[in-house]
Formats: sequence, C-alpha cells, structure tokens
Amino acid sequence: MSATTTRHVDEGTGQRATRSTARTSKPRRERSFRTRGSADIMKPSRSGLVLKYVILFVVLGTMVFPFLWQLSTSLKGAGENIYEFPPKLIPGDPTLDNYAQVFRTIPVLDYAWHSLLIGVATVVTNVVFATLGGYALGCLKFRFKGIIMAIFFSTLLLPAEVTLTSQYLTIKSLGLANTLGGVFLPTAIGAVNVLLMAAACRMIPKETLEAATIDGATTAQRLRHIVFPNIRGMISVVALFSFIGAWDDFLWPLVVLSDPAKYTLTVGMQYLSSNFAANPRVIAAGTMVALIPIIILFAVLQKHFFKGVEEGSVKG
Amino acid sequence: MKQQRWYTPYLLVAPGVIWVLVFALWPFLNTSILAFTDSRPLQPAEFVGFENFARLAGDDRFIYALTTSLVYVVICVPLLTFLPLLLALLVNTKVPAIGFFRTTYYFPVIASAVVVAIVWEFLFSSHGTINEALKFFGLADRPIEFLSDRWLLIGCAIGLTVWKGLGYYMVVYLAALGNVGRELHEAAAMDGAGVWRRFWSVVVPGVRGPMLLVSVLICVAAMRVFTELYVLSNGSGGPGGRAMSMVMLIQSMGSGLNGQIGYASAISIVLFLLTLVPLTIVGIANNGDQFKELISNRRASKFVTQQRAKAVKEVTR
Repeated sequence: MSATTTRHVDEGTGQRATRSTARTSKPRRERSFRTRGSADIMKPSRSGLVLKYVILFVVLGTMVFPFLWQLSTSLKGAGENIYEFPPKLIPGDPTLDNYAQVFRTIPVLDYAWHSLLIGVATVVTNVVFATLGGYALGCLKFRFKGIIMAIFFSTLLLPAEVTLTSQYLTIKSLGLANTLGGVFLPTAIGAVNVLLMAAACRMIPKETLEAATIDGATTAQRLRHIVFPNIRGMISVVALFSFIGAWDDFLWPLVVLSDPAKYTLTVGMQYLSSNFAANPRVIAAGTMVALIPIIILFAVLQKHFFKGVEEGSVKG
Repeated sequence: MKQQRWYTPYLLVAPGVIWVLVFALWPFLNTSILAFTDSRPLQPAEFVGFENFARLAGDDRFIYALTTSLVYVVICVPLLTFLPLLLALLVNTKVPAIGFFRTTYYFPVIASAVVVAIVWEFLFSSHGTINEALKFFGLADRPIEFLSDRWLLIGCAIGLTVWKGLGYYMVVYLAALGNVGRELHEAAAMDGAGVWRRFWSVVVPGVRGPMLLVSVLICVAAMRVFTELYVLSNGSGGPGGRAMSMVMLIQSMGSGLNGQIGYASAISIVLFLLTLVPLTIVGIANNGDQFKELISNRRASKFVTQQRAKAVKEVTR
C-alpha cells in the first residue's frame, strides 16, 4: 500500500519536472513521457536532471579534451609552454606558423590526397558491389546460395591481421607492392558490407519486387527504382564506415607502402612524429590535418549514421 | 512476365565472392601452409613441419607478446563491457541537446588511432601534461616515465583503447536498450528496487545478448591490438620490445628482406586460434538452443514460402 502511494508522489514530481522543461522547449513535450521513464534510473526530479547534465559534461570533457588540447597546441607559438598545468586551451599568441612548417616538412597535401583517393575508391566499390551482391543474396533465389552465404560469414571470423603476411605476398605478386592500388585492393569489397546489404534487402517487401518483375522491370531497373530507395539507410552506413575505415587504417598501408612519398595520412603522421619529434606543435598541426576532415564529415552525416545503425540493429 | 536469366544472381554476387576468395580465404590458406615452412623472401621455402611452433614456445619475444595481448584482453573486456553500458544509460534519455552529447562521444571512435595515440604520447611523455599535473598536485616529485616502462606503456595503451572504444559500444548498447521495456523498470521500482538493483536485475538481463556479443568483439579486438602500442612506443615495442603485441610481432617478423615469413605465419595461426576461443565459448554458452531454433525457423519459413509459391502458381493458373 505504502509503495503505491510513494509511486503516486513520485509521478507527481516527475510530471511537474517534465512540465517545467516542456515550457522552455515545446517539441520536448511529446517526448516527456520517455524522459520520465528513463529518468527513473537516475532520479525523476529536477536535481536528478542537473546531476545528469553534470555527468554528461564531465564525460564530454574527457572525450574532447585531448582533441581540443591538440588543437590549441597546434596554434601555440614557439615561446609558449604547451605542457603547463592547469593546461591553457586558448593560445596566448595564436599563430598558423606550425601549419606552414608541417607543410614544408612533409608533403601533407599529397598524403591527404592519397588518403582521400583510397577512401573514395573504397566507398564506391563497396557500395556498388555490396549492393549487387546483397540484392542477389537477399532477394533472389539460386543454387549454392547457402554455401556463398557461409563463405561470407566465415570471413567474419578471420581477422585481417592474421592474413597480413600472406596478403602482402599476394599484393606483391600482383606487382602492387608500394602502390596505393595495393593499399586499396583488399578492402575494395568487404564481406561484412555484402552481408549488411543482404540483411537490408531482405526487408524489402517481396510483393513490390514481384509486382515490378511482372510489370517487366529488368534487374537494373529493379535495383535502381526499388532496391536503392529501400536500402538507402544501410548504404549510408556502409559508405561512412568504409570511408572511415580506409581513412583511419594504419597497419595495412604501413606494410604495403615503403616509399615516404606515397604514404597515406596515418602512416605519414607516424613518420612525422617519429622522425621530426623536435617540435610537438608541428606534429600537432599535422594530426589536425588528419583529424578535422573526418570529424566534419561525421558531424555532417551523423543523422544518417545513427539512423542507419538503429535500423541495422533492429534488423540484425 | 519476364523471367530473369538464370545467371543473373551469380553475376551479381560474383565480384564479392571473388574478392573474398582472393583477399581473405586464399591468404588464410597460404598462411596456414607457410606456417609449416621456413619461407623467407628471395629464397625457396622448405617444409619444416612443426618446427616453427616448437620455436615459438622457447621464444622470449613471443612469450612477451602473448602476455601483452592476454593482459590487454583481461583488462579491456570488463572495462569495455560495462563502461559503455553505463554511458548508454546516461545518454538514453530525451533531454535537450542529448544528440550533441551522443555525437561528441563518438568522436574518439572515428578519429584515427594514430592521431589519438600521438596526442596520448604528448600527454604522457616525461614532461607532458599528466606529469605536470602530478607535480602540480604534489603526487610525484620526479616525472614518471610512462612510455619507457613495459607495464606503464601497456597501461597507457589500454587506457587509449578503452577511451577510444567507449563511444562505439555505447551505440551498440543504445540500440539494445530500446528493447528493454519501460514496464519492467516501473514494475521493479514499484517493488522497491533501487537504482543499483534495477541495473543488475532489469538492465543487464535485458541487454544480455548484446552484452555477450560486445564482450566477444572486445576480446577479439584486444588480441588484434597494434596501432596504440606501435605509435606509443614509436614502433619499438617498448623497452627491449617487451611491450609488443602479437600483431606487432607478426608485422616486425614478416616484413623486410630478412623477414621470416614462415615464422610470422606460425604466429598468425596462433593468433587466429586464440581469437576463436571466445567465439567458441559463446557458442557453447548459447548451448545450441538458439542455433536449433534458428534452423527450425528457417525450415518453417522455407516451408511457408514454398506453400505460398504453390498457392500463387495455382491462383495464376
């Protein structure tokens, strides 16, 4: 009995709290129900909300501090102490000299161009071929489908690091050692992407596809007008992950590329940091060149991304 | 009604299959064969049986690498299984600006490991910010050499891995938390369960499946660690190469004109077998029940589709 009464009281305060937040921002009202439900975990009160925000900001600090610190280091002049504590995030005398110097020290623009080339190529091949394969595996019927699925699934168990040496031998025998093509080729079609696309294609209503077939649509037309619009969310996930994977990859380019003129950004950054370690400000400027494009890309596309991940997880 | 040509599906799936065969299965097969040879560049390989594996047991560098990787696994798995869950619970509310927090928490994931490891290197260097902070608070009178001590170096790398992985697994859990019913929370709260109790009795069982998956993923990922240790130690693997991971050892063994490809392949095979261990454990833990269910579901759905196809045919006839 007493439990139910306390619950009533709780609900009352909870509602009051949500109402007060609803006043400040209208679109939240519809969601306030959930706020209450989930805020149960903390405390359904205003102080609970404040505490939540405090924790959110503390975590935010630990997540972005290293990046901000690096950014400020890259902008600090030679006379400033970059390691002082408490750290000063706003440079006393901001300068772009470090960026100019990193461009003089290593061919950063070339490195960025190489990374971009590989990233874009990886996205294109992965999206195109994973969509084709995924459509076949998800919507069509043919013999050996089970075996082909099993082959794709089995490669998921196989870490790329295990095949590192042999992969390099393959690339070398193709005459692609120390080329960007050699870096790109093995990741051109990822088994996991094909499987993700197959899962997305399976969700396309069968009737639509059958109707299109009856209306005489060719495979290409079906792909273009029915499959593509239906799996757009998954395509954006595959594209974003392929790009980030290619842009951030370190081990494979390190193994394939031996000529510093051909490095990608990640290998180039390691090269910069281990060979020109005299001035951390310059290295910081270099890492910013590698970091900022990918952060911007993610910030722009994050809506698609989180939506796609949600869709994917519901299906998977 | 236009029938599709019989070869269309094969044509569509061919590029993917070819890629998987050439760039995943063939290298794996090749590695398995090379592991039993003394293959080196510029020299014909000879079959040596289990000699490479016998050599591994007595090789200090391999023992160090194995220890590093296992320590990595043992520390990373609990941390990265529970911290992201707490984080997901934290951001699983519809309060103003929560999208901003979620997005920002994901930044470390998308940043290249090289970039963040370089930042880490600055923070933990002997005159870096962390040492300055320790001095500031009077906790250390001499700078601590984080990056030239084996265990401290591994600790820094683990910290980096955990920090970088939080956001990724948070998103995995976020999707799973959507499936934990509100009713359960309310019912538990009504029965007088506190926050702690509800975490263990409602949330954790609710995300049990994803949690198992996450811990396996972390286990495998921790065994594959390379970049963090490589960059933090500037490619040397710490003092005497004792903080090398398995993958670092493979990379340093297998590359160059003096590369011992056969020996590196043997290490790769050991690494592969190790990554299979957690997967097998989970397979056994799930006790085949789910597997059986899956198969019977598949059969049932196949049956239904066949029936449906028959019915459709009859109708069209």
